Order: sequence, then C-alpha cells, then structure tokens
Amino acid sequence: MRVVLAEDLALLREGLVSLLETHGFEIAAAVDNGPSLLRALLDHRPDVAVVDVRLPPSFTDEGLQAALEARRRVPGLPVLVLSQYVEQLYARELLADGTGGIGYLLKDRVFDAAQFVDAVRRVAAGGTAMDPEVISRLVASNTRGSPLGRLTPRETEVLELMAQGRSNAAIAEKLVVTERAVTKHTANIFAKLDLPVTGDDNRRVLAVLAYLNR
Amino acid sequence: MVKETRREQHLKAPWRGLGLMLLGIPATFVGIWFISVVSMITGALGVLLFPSAARLMRGQADVYRKAIAAWTGVRIERPYLPEPDPEPGIAGRLKRFIAMISDPATWRDYLWIVADPIVVVFTAALPGLLVLYGLWGYFLAAFAGGMIGHYGGSEWYAWVEVDGGYDRDAGRLVSTVVVATVCVAVGFLIGPKMMAVYGRWGRAVLGPTEKSRLALRVRHLSESRSVAVDASAAELRRIERDLHDGAQARLVAMGMSLGAIEHLLDKDPEKARTLLAETRASSAKALHELRDLVRGIHPPVLADRGVGDAVKALALDHPLDVEVTVDLPGRPEAPVESAAYFAVSEILTNAAKHSGAGRVWIDLRHERGMLRVTVTDDGRGGATLDGGTGLRGIERRIGTFDGVLALNSPVGGPTIVTLELPCALSSPKTSPS
Repeated sequence: MRVVLAEDLALLREGLVSLLETHGFEIAAAVDNGPSLLRALLDHRPDVAVVDVRLPPSFTDEGLQAALEARRRVPGLPVLVLSQYVEQLYARELLADGTGGIGYLLKDRVFDAAQFVDAVRRVAAGGTAMDPEVISRLVASNTRGSPLGRLTPRETEVLELMAQGRSNAAIAEKLVVTERAVTKHTANIFAKLDLPVTGDDNRRVLAVLAYLNR
Repeated sequence: MVKETRREQHLKAPWRGLGLMLLGIPATFVGIWFISVVSMITGALGVLLFPSAARLMRGQADVYRKAIAAWTGVRIERPYLPEPDPEPGIAGRLKRFIAMISDPATWRDYLWIVADPIVVVFTAALPGLLVLYGLWGYFLAAFAGGMIGHYGGSEWYAWVEVDGGYDRDAGRLVSTVVVATVCVAVGFLIGPKMMAVYGRWGRAVLGPTEKSRLALRVRHLSESRSVAVDASAAELRRIERDLHDGAQARLVAMGMSLGAIEHLLDKDPEKARTLLAETRASSAKALHELRDLVRGIHPPVLADRGVGDAVKALALDHPLDVEVTVDLPGRPEAPVESAAYFAVSEILTNAAKHSGAGRVWIDLRHERGMLRVTVTDDGRGGATLDGGTGLRGIERRIGTFDGVLALNSPVGGPTIVTLELPCALSSPKTSPS
C-alpha cells in the first residue's frame, strides 16, 4: 500500500516512515511543506495520505488546505489528517463532501502503533477514522434539539464508536458485550435516526457522519 | 436618542434656544460667585474656596454640555485636566488649587459664562425671540396696540408706530401682522441652523483644547497600560505554574520511569513492559495538558484562520445554541484578534452561566475602522457591568486597544453586549477555500 506522508518535524516524520514501513506500507513520498504535499499527492496518487494540519510555509492549516484541494482534484483520495489539536470546524470541513476515505486523529494516537495502522488501513479502504475526541464533541453539539437526543446513553456510546469507524465486532469487544447486542443497538439507532439499514459497514458509518455533520 | 424629523426640529428649536438663554441666569450667579472668590485669592480664604467655586462652575458648564449634546447633536467632551489625587493638609489643598487655577479649562468656563448671555441672544435664542416678537405683533394688532394708544402710550413695532389711532388705521394693522408673520416664519425657519451655530460655539469654548486632549489621552494610556501589564504578568504566572506542576513534573516522572525500565529490561522484562505502558500513558497526559495550556494562550484555530473561524469553532463547542455571522474582508492585527476572541469567549461563558439563555447570536463585522462584535442572547437580562460577571474585566482589557464595551440588558432580557475595537484589516483573505 503506497503512502504519501507530510510532516514538518523531521523526527516525527522519520518515526512515521519507519512505523509505516515496518507495517508493510510503501512510502511513495515524505514531504515537509504544503505545496510539495499537493504536488506529491497529484503525482503519486497514493492509496492513502497521512497529513499534518500545520505545515510550512504559513504554519497555519496548510496541510488541511492541501488535502482538501487534492480531494477536490482527485475525488475520494483517502486522507488521514494528524493534528496536535482536534477542531470540530476542521472535522466538518473534511467530512463535508461525504465521500469517505477521511481520517482525523490527534497526533498522540500514533503512540498506539497497532490502532494507528488500523486507522490508516481503514481510511485507505474508504472508511473513516475520527478521533474519539472529535466524535464526542460532534455528538455533544448535535444532541441539542435533534433526534440524537432520543438515544439512550448506551446507544450514544455505540454511535460514537461506530462513527470512529469501528466494526460491530470491535465495538462489542470494546464495550464488553456480545456482537448480537451491538447489532440490536445499531438497529435501534438507525430506527431512531430514520436511516435506511444497509448491509454495508462503510455506508453505515458515512450515513451516521453525514447525519452528525448536518 | 430618537431621531427627530426635520419638521420636529424646526418646531422645537426656537423654544430650546430660549431654554439655553434661561440657563444663563443661574450660570451668571455662579460666575459672579466664582469671580468674587478669585478676587479673594490674595487671602487664604480665596485659595480655600477656589476649588469648590471652580467645581460649581464646571457643574454649570456640564449642564450646558448636556443640553447642547441633546439639542444640537454636538457632543462636547469634558476638557478638564486630571485633578491630583486628594492629599490631606495644606500642601494637598495648595496642590489642588494650583492644578485647578492653572487648568485653562477653568478660565474658558468663566469666559463662557461671561460671554454666553450675549452670544446666545444672537444665535440659539434668536429664533425664539423672533417668534415671541411675532406673537407680540399679533397681540398688538388684535387689542394690545389699541389699549396702548388709548391710554396715551406710544411704542414702535419694527417701523410701525403704535400710538393713538393705531387700532383705526388699517394700513398700520396690516403692516404689523405682516411683520409679525415674517418674524414667526423666519424664527421657525432658522431655528436648527442657529442651534448648530451655537453648538459650534459651545464646542470651541467648552470643549477640550489640544493640550487637555493630550493630557486625557496620556492618562487613559497609562491606566490601560498598567492594566495590560498586570494582566499579562498574571497570565505568565499562571502559565509558569501550569507548566511547572503539570507537564514538567510528568516529564521528570517519565525520565525516572525510563531509567527504571533500563534497569529492569534484563532482570524483569514483564515489569519493564508494564512500566513502559504507564510511561506512554503519562506522555499522552503531558501532551494533553500542554494542548490545553496552548489553547488557553492562543487557540490554534485563531492562529490558523483568524477570529471569524475561531469564534465559529467556539460556537460549535458551546453548550448553548450559538449562531455566528461573520463579515470580515480581512484579518485584524493578531493582538486585536486575540482580545476580541477571548472577550467573546468570556461573554459566552457568562451567558451560559448567568443568563438562562437558550440561544445566542454573534455578529462580527468591520465597519468604519472598527471591529464590531455583537453578542445577543435570549436570556432573562439584568446583567450589569458591576455584577461581578467579569464584563468589567473584559472592558478593561479591550480598553488597552482603545476598545469600548456597551451593555444593554433590561430585566427580562434580551442581553446585548457590543464590543468595538479600532483596528485596520490586513490584506483580504486569500484562503483557497
């Protein structure tokens, strides 16, 4: 799987390169600024891009802008954004086109290599990987006066994990319940949120996120 | 102030002018008292009485300033130089006396009180006097002129002689009515113009001179500077404490754990592994603390996108339903942005805590060199600047940037807080989005 990596701190960039390489990824390019990120993305058309929000030359949201621009030109290009901070505003911008293949994680999530690599793979496969912090805030700010307010605490919990891009099995493991229970919860959630049930895991998450993002 | 129509202005101006003329009566007494005190200055009594007499005169001048502001729309700032802080004893009194007697505004006030009774007759009061004169003409033509002539009196109404036989001379009666009508018409016609002229005269004498303007400015600047210095010093202390107690302590602990792990690696790999996991968790916590700290100093969105998007991000995370409209063609200077952002953040916190509001509307725009922020909530109102709700603190802090805060919060709501910060905008936004 080919990856384009953008991170301006050399130490972290090297760390990410070796981490991804040991997990069987092929690094197509590792860049340290916004303009070369956009070029690399358009030249290499990687399977997934791992991008830092704040990049030279402006040290503002250069990486995010480059990623959004690349996705405009190459629709559906999978991008995993890493950031020192998670901002709802940025999460909403990333999710705005609703096509999936989006991740937005705090940088410290790379501490847990297995989970991080899992997130990269999910995004590459067109899924989503949202940081739990983003999700809980998205949910919190959307529960006011919306059908989300009708969910039980447990269902909200399931929805959050679902929105992070986890499968039913993973949710069951995390909440220490059976997979059947999770399936029941998800069915309830879909019913309460008026979402048509489909067998497709990916579409399920996108539907939820699209709903959250409304 | 409710905007008056032109018609109302024309109708009211003559009477207001007469009111201004009547103000001269108490003012003259105050002026006489002041000049008598001045004449006693060679003695101790004069020195003692001078400040109170000057203050009395200032009060009188304030009445004029208020009336002129209300009736002509000309706002006149108080021009007085800052008085020295009160000190007990002779030295303090002497200092106060010297400060007041050497303030040019004191003497300009006196000039006003002496000269105004004459000036007002030819400016603000003229329309009113004309109207009165016109009314007197009608009285003459109706019956008063006949009575004067009958009892052997004689008088001139403009160029019409009022004496015996006046009430039987149709020509003289008609001229009287014509002159009276012209007077009334002219009086109402020139009213607002004359008020405006009077306003300019008021500003010239009662307003601040260049020198006192500068002195007031210096005082404002030194006050706001000390507020700014205090605030930033407190902020630095808070940051230092947070770093010292939080992230720094954690890093030390992590270093120690790593040392321990080094030792354990060969002897007890299992224990080393647990310790490593703990250290990793600890590093995540340290990161989390640093992140919160940085957010408190300068939120990343504010740095990345400017105050508009930062306030939008704030709204997204706020427990209340917050609607934000932004109309900024560029970005203000960073310190102004930051001041505005933290002010809005604090106002929102206040609204959530005290107002009982369910919805908040924030409007950010740049108008005539001002960044104007309006925060409106649908709460129960009754907020005051002195209610200990931190609004006074916000006012002081934006005062450093010559910003002003206006609060409108009638009991029962809604509460509207308006901030205005003078600032220039940088080049228009070039964001690719």
